[in-house]
Amino acid sequence: MKYLALTALLFAAPAGAAEIWVTNEKDDTISVIDVATLEVTRTIPTGERPRGITFSKDYSKVYICASDSDAVQVMDAATGKILHDLPSGEDPEQFVLHPDDKHLWIANEDDAVTTVVDVESRTVVAQINVGIEPEGMAVSPDGKTVITTSETTNMAHWIDTATNKIYANTLVDSRPRHAEFTKQGAELWVSSEIGGTVTVFDTATQAEKGKVRFEITGVNDDLIQPVGFEFTPDGKTAFVALGPSNHVAVVNAETLEVDKYILVGRRVWHMAFSPDHTQLFTTNGVSGDVTVIDVASLEPVKTIKVGRFPWGAAMRP
Amino acid sequence: MRSWVLAAGLMLIAAAGRAETVLGATYLKLREPPRPVLSNLDPIPEDEGIAGARLALADNMTTGSFLGQSYTLDVVDLQPGADALTAARDALATAPFLILDADAATVMAVADLPEARDALIFSVAAQDRILRDEGCRANVFLTAVSYAMRADALMQALLVKRWTRLALISGPTPADRAFAEALKASATKFGLEIVAEKDWSERADLRRTASAEVPLFTQDLPDHDVLLIADEADDFARYLAYNTWLPRPVAGSEGMTPVGWAPVLEQWGAAQLQSRFEDQSARQMRPRDYAAWAAMRTLGEAMTRTNSADPATLRAFILSDEFELAGFKGRPLSYRRWNGQLRQPVPVVHPRALVAEAPVTGFLHQRNELDTLGLDEGESACTLFGDAK
Repeated sequence: MKYLALTALLFAAPAGAAEIWVTNEKDDTISVIDVATLEVTRTIPTGERPRGITFSKDYSKVYICASDSDAVQVMDAATGKILHDLPSGEDPEQFVLHPDDKHLWIANEDDAVTTVVDVESRTVVAQINVGIEPEGMAVSPDGKTVITTSETTNMAHWIDTATNKIYANTLVDSRPRHAEFTKQGAELWVSSEIGGTVTVFDTATQAEKGKVRFEITGVNDDLIQPVGFEFTPDGKTAFVALGPSNHVAVVNAETLEVDKYILVGRRVWHMAFSPDHTQLFTTNGVSGDVTVIDVASLEPVKTIKVGRFPWGAAMRP
Repeated sequence: MRSWVLAAGLMLIAAAGRAETVLGATYLKLREPPRPVLSNLDPIPEDEGIAGARLALADNMTTGSFLGQSYTLDVVDLQPGADALTAARDALATAPFLILDADAATVMAVADLPEARDALIFSVAAQDRILRDEGCRANVFLTAVSYAMRADALMQALLVKRWTRLALISGPTPADRAFAEALKASATKFGLEIVAEKDWSERADLRRTASAEVPLFTQDLPDHDVLLIADEADDFARYLAYNTWLPRPVAGSEGMTPVGWAPVLEQWGAAQLQSRFEDQSARQMRPRDYAAWAAMRTLGEAMTRTNSADPATLRAFILSDEFELAGFKGRPLSYRRWNGQLRQPVPVVHPRALVAEAPVTGFLHQRNELDTLGLDEGESACTLFGDAK
């Protein structure tokens, strides 16, 4: 194990001090992991129950969904100081920053609403009624479409960012949690936690193209619950967190077949890559740690203790 | 006749705007006779159950708004002893979906009405074995957890702790007896030992004298790890905790309790359901509310996926492999094809936190671990769902 950790160190990003920021929803903190040393270098206090986390395009600011504070907090990424709160609507859980770097699209879980906030003027631009318990948020690379998935309504809502109107609603399996565009925006992937699947849509027609299904020997199907996922930069591989099955699936994004299951910590939620994409950091809610996966060998190389119930993850180069 | 014309006219208008599918359901509540209990601390909310169905109606309506589907829910609230059969007939004459909050005998009688033959009935209150066994009905789904499911959940939680020597005190009501029987059967099933049983007989006002009466009452019990109490009427059990002769935890109807739902659940998105319920009803969600919510959501989920409000179509879908309900308990919920029981985890809680969620890790089943709770296929005499197996 020591040898593996050492290997990981050798492969680590050379320049600067790249970091992975992890939100700990039951500690009200962020744990900052140094990618070079794989150690937690500092712990930053946040609002209550931090979940979604994302950086501004220049990485100078970090946005944090402090769900139980009913606020999106804006933090100076260098100092860790809270600069101000954004008007977010109630119970913001997840969000996505539009490619214009100016509009934050926020899922308000308790209100069945998606809120659009202008981060410069700090005003609410629009609120769009969506299904019950919105959570997953995605924006197409061209910025024209934003997706909100609603957990109890079991839909992906397709929102036109020019009009802030829903132009399509597509059913997915039970309890959708996360959405991502891939293949330059040609496909939308949506994970369904209780359904145990990931649905792939053709963006142009909103038609279902296929489904990823999972099966792990020795693990009850009920416990295989896909939540967060990320694609490699070439779009060929998806890493899908499978919740209480304690595994991350490695999915071939062309065939939609699973190549491998990687054992990680308990109730894996979300993940972030190192800047060079050689390492993947997964948040493990129940075990309170982060698993570092070596992307080349698809092996877990280290477990890093963080705060209580780590949830979101974001990379800062 | 005039109302028919009017109804037809309305349908035409709806069809012209957007072909809308409408599902009409009735919540029929037959209240139980009021029961004398020692403490007045925890009155049963007037809208118990009804509030759960209303929340699910709102959930369904939101989903329906994106699909051109809508739902209605009529509430018929009957006082104890009222004529439930006539009320059920009237309800079934307008809509074939009935959420039935009544005792087991009433559920069977309603299900046997000629008007109910092609209806779908959801039983949300009765926990009795008979409805899952020889008294099952092909048109009745059961969303309430049964006494057997609760007992099995508790025994699993006790067994993993190796608290296997149990004493049992049972109250006098039929519900107390039924739960006590389920506890005994489950202890046998999982290999725990009931070392002594006693019937509750004290007539004293325990609000004043529990500390004097209960030690004496429990003094002659042989040594045990846990004291089980079957007091489904919520009468005396609260006064046994911390007043026993031996310092032992209590479980069953008091202390560590297996329940269909509890306010202490927060994992698996439960916190969201709790807060939506509390916003709507200004109180905490109870097991009957959850069972009613699950019934109405089952109808919603089935109509969402089939775009049909035809009972036969929905029944077939609900019993198919396609059906799964996200129920905020960490696993997909589905219906048992041998007796119509909703398969679901059973939390074991104390008043302030979750203790364990059954099925407890390690209790395995060849089909689905949830089937370690309650009557399994081989144990149930129900054959009426056989067409769906």
